[in-house]
Amino acid sequence: MSLLEGKKAIIIGDRDGVPGPAIEECVKAAGADVIFSSTECFV
Amino acid sequence: MNSVITASSYVLVHTPDMVLHNGTTITTEKIVNPESEYLKELPKHIRSYEDALAYAPNQTYIGNMTPDELAAMPQPWYETKVEAKREGKFGEILPQDEFYMLMQICDVFDLLVLEKGFAAATKEKFVKNPAVLPAMVERIKEGVDIAEIEALVNDEHAEGLYMDGKLVGAVKRAHDVDTNLTAHVMHENLVSKASSVLALIHLIKNCDIDASEIEYVIDCSEEACGDMNQRGGGNFAKAAAEIAGLSGASGEDVRGFCAAPTHAMITAAALVKAGVYKHVAVTAGGCTAKLGMNSKDHVKKGLPALEDCLGGFSILVSENDGVNPEINLDICGRHTVGTGSSPQAVINSLVAAPLDKVGMKIVDIDKFSPEMQNPDITKPAGAGDVPLANYKMIGALAVTRHEIERTDLAAFPEKHGLVGWAPTQGHIPSGVPYIGFCRQDILDGKIKNAMIVGKGSLFLGRMTNLFDGVSFVIQGNSGASAASAMDEAEVKNMIAKAMKQFALSLMEGEEEQ
Amino acid sequence: MDLENQKRVKELAEANGPENIVVILGASESEAAGLSAETVTAGDPTFAGPLAGVSLGLRVYHVCEPEIKAEIPADLYDEQIGMMEMVLDVDSIASEMKSVRDQYCKY
Repeated sequence: MSLLEGKKAIIIGDRDGVPGPAIEECVKAAGADVIFSSTECFV
Repeated sequence: MNSVITASSYVLVHTPDMVLHNGTTITTEKIVNPESEYLKELPKHIRSYEDALAYAPNQTYIGNMTPDELAAMPQPWYETKVEAKREGKFGEILPQDEFYMLMQICDVFDLLVLEKGFAAATKEKFVKNPAVLPAMVERIKEGVDIAEIEALVNDEHAEGLYMDGKLVGAVKRAHDVDTNLTAHVMHENLVSKASSVLALIHLIKNCDIDASEIEYVIDCSEEACGDMNQRGGGNFAKAAAEIAGLSGASGEDVRGFCAAPTHAMITAAALVKAGVYKHVAVTAGGCTAKLGMNSKDHVKKGLPALEDCLGGFSILVSENDGVNPEINLDICGRHTVGTGSSPQAVINSLVAAPLDKVGMKIVDIDKFSPEMQNPDITKPAGAGDVPLANYKMIGALAVTRHEIERTDLAAFPEKHGLVGWAPTQGHIPSGVPYIGFCRQDILDGKIKNAMIVGKGSLFLGRMTNLFDGVSFVIQGNSGASAASAMDEAEVKNMIAKAMKQFALSLMEGEEEQ
Repeated sequence: MDLENQKRVKELAEANGPENIVVILGASESEAAGLSAETVTAGDPTFAGPLAGVSLGLRVYHVCEPEIKAEIPADLYDEQIGMMEMVLDVDSIASEMKSVRDQYCKY
């Protein structure tokens, strides 16, 4: 079963890892519905 | 002609009580979880002034240790104490009590009051500081009774100033209803202004020109000042310039989250190169909100609360003197609206794209100074070693561009990078901490150039999801190398002349014989 | 995890049904990834945010885990995330994520 296709995706990106919008593009292409995307910053 | 970097200053202010009263991690916890174990434990993790002085990254920040010397020390650095010096080549580490006095000097609206005894005792220490100007000393006021301060804090929403937990002063609200002039905002802004002033007076001490020759000041901190009708009206730059005695200066505030210092440097370099001003100072004070930002993790792991210092810096950008390192504006990287947010797109736009424009490779840059956060602070908090991650990304980009082999990737950070030594004060660690050392390294011939990279998390302001960043290159003075090339030509010319004369004299000798 | 983000995760899980949700992380270190994963499964381990004591048990992955990478078009993944794969310690992140899922994931 697909982990992403048809799922509602919540994205918690990281400024110093992978930022939210980059993840968003990827999971959208995999068929997920992005319902929230954010990027955290520790510095 | 390119503008040059003539001087710099770097200062820290040890503010242990502000960690407990003004850091947002702490103030948030007091609201959501007032009885938490963390709040009870944190005071035990606060460092003394002596310990903050004996901390190697702090000594590096003010110029007593080089980044190479710091890199040679085993990590984590808080485990090894170094010589505790207050004064450094670039600036100083000011203690909290003297900083409260500096804040009072910077307050021009009678908002800050200090307790009588505290003010008198601190003044005695404060006036001995060689960087302090006579006009600043004249601004020191008599203190008030503690009862007055207690009433302000208890009944008038004033922000308390504490020494070892004891109330010694307060910042009053500047308006009864305006949310932009609350005691909290006034405190935050006075801190920013005062630490910027501290950096500016050290810059004046470190440079060869008279303070009145600085024509323009650009503040690049992360605070905003204004009233309810213009929340970010400004102008921190001019306000700080006034106290620092820069009588010939106007100024402006440049903002852009952590990328602001690099934006400000490019602006300063362009203004000077265009001939608008001869000397421009870029300056920033520190940020109370970020004090103790990662202290939950530090407490949990038994570390000292390392985010106990405000940071500040000033850099003087001047017209080309034929000696000092130049800012090359032909190599300016920028993250554009269309760049996208993937890490490779970001790093490509900031590092590779501007180099491509002038036909240079990544490996042609000797040192990169991206985000120089101290890993002692960030690693225990799960944010990793930020400068190292940046170097790995730049190195990985060099691999994808076939400039280096994948097997060389591991050596890239050491060869083209630095360890991070700056406190996590947002704009303070971003690109600029190396400029002081960079100027010296280029003058000493240790490196030929360096790229300063500033990045900013614009999305924190909830106005855009975009990221931001800009970069520029500092390089040896072309005038200096042209001068030495001329010298070489001149020497050759002189030798040729001498040989010609020698040959002539030989010929004459032969003719005589 | 940021308190505001915790609030949004809680609201969205309630509104959409926790069984329909997948949380994708981009953390730079395994420990930070583990803490965020724990927050959306077992509850906020720092007891600071809206998810303190709330066990949502959501599906949660780091974007660099092989299961997620396999579902993303290869060229797009390469363009958006490829370089970070060289920078991050993917193995350690993946094992941390798996360990949290094995303990607390309900779906």
